[in-house]
Amino acid sequence: MTNDTHKLIIVGSGPAGLTAAIYAARASLDPLVLEGEPSSTTDQPGGALMTTTEVENYPGFPDGIMGPDLMLRFKEQAQRFGTDVTMEKVSRIDLSARPFRLWVGDPDAAEPTYRAEAVIISTGARPVMLELPGEQELVGHGVSTCATCDGFFFRDHDIAVVGGGDSAMEEALFLTKFARSVTIVHRRDELRASKIMQERALANDTITFAWNSVVDAIEGDGSLSGVRLRDVQTDEKRDLDVTGLFVAIGHRPNTDIFKGQLAMDDGGYIVVDSGSRTDVEGVFACGDVQDTVYRQAITAAGSGCMAAIDAERWLEAQD
Amino acid sequence: MANGVEILSTSSFDETLASSDLPVLVDFWAEWCGPCKAIAPILEEIADEQGDRVRIAKLNVDDNPDIARRFDVMSIPTLILFKEGSPEARVVGAKGKGQLVEEISPHL
Repeated sequence: MTNDTHKLIIVGSGPAGLTAAIYAARASLDPLVLEGEPSSTTDQPGGALMTTTEVENYPGFPDGIMGPDLMLRFKEQAQRFGTDVTMEKVSRIDLSARPFRLWVGDPDAAEPTYRAEAVIISTGARPVMLELPGEQELVGHGVSTCATCDGFFFRDHDIAVVGGGDSAMEEALFLTKFARSVTIVHRRDELRASKIMQERALANDTITFAWNSVVDAIEGDGSLSGVRLRDVQTDEKRDLDVTGLFVAIGHRPNTDIFKGQLAMDDGGYIVVDSGSRTDVEGVFACGDVQDTVYRQAITAAGSGCMAAIDAERWLEAQD
Repeated sequence: MANGVEILSTSSFDETLASSDLPVLVDFWAEWCGPCKAIAPILEEIADEQGDRVRIAKLNVDDNPDIARRFDVMSIPTLILFKEGSPEARVVGAKGKGQLVEEISPHL
């Protein structure tokens, strides 16, 4: 517990937050990174790359690098220049007056845990679930939010992956190492994934596609026994006997604690202007929390750099 | 009871659990699981701070798949709290320290 005011606090520790930390630390802003708490979703220290395997498109790694290893390197680089990184999750933030106030732990505590002159928000996004009855109860019993964590347990099982983007293709391809069959369930008749990921998935003999289909119901008592699919064109229903279900249908930004304090779009993404500036002076946003278009590690890192430079210049102008 | 995190294997699993006077929290984990690595330091802290109430142990599911199968572990990390050899509570997925302590405390 400290009542000293930090020059800069960075909330979130994915590629965006840690790149901001590297730049801010080198600019002698002594940044404090509140990196979040462990979870089995992307909302965790290190962010979305912590639940991926091989990253093949991050420049500088011609042979690829494992997502968690890459994030460890980001963190080490930030710490090398004096960044303070702490495994804490912000439970409440008050951006209505400066210095800004941040709470970890009990959000009702009278005194904030930290105060900061400037804040960089890089809390990322988390995967959207199907929100069907039974889904939550079966997490860990057939329903998974982390293919790389759980794929191993589905050796010779039949599995469904829901989604048509890159992350759905990546999960499906990863799961073919273990599964007897992988069915990709996608609501359209064409994929949204990048060309190279599409080609790999379409060429894989273990993968079949259920086009124009959505998961209508999840079945299983104690553990997953199947899903019911609905054809969105004919409304026809059919059962798919799977003991594993992996959902990759998109993301929702982690912005609950900022609601009503910062301008957001309809999806809850923070709106930024002229680089990384939010509509509150002294508050900057970078990475997936403000990116509805690119959502790549390298674009998150780039926007983190922008946020650090914007914050540095803004802080200088205050003196 | 000594502090620290004990390493269990298929051969030591049943005997360790059955002979323990304290509840044993077993962390089912693997080398390739990012969230498992993230909670490892938290489990070490709990072992240090609450060593008089609970023993903390780890079981590698790669090396000991039969034990993981016996307890229907299909997602890691999974933490199972054993009392006198029987599973008493189960936590699936990585959690922060506060939440983890909150979930296991009622069973200690």
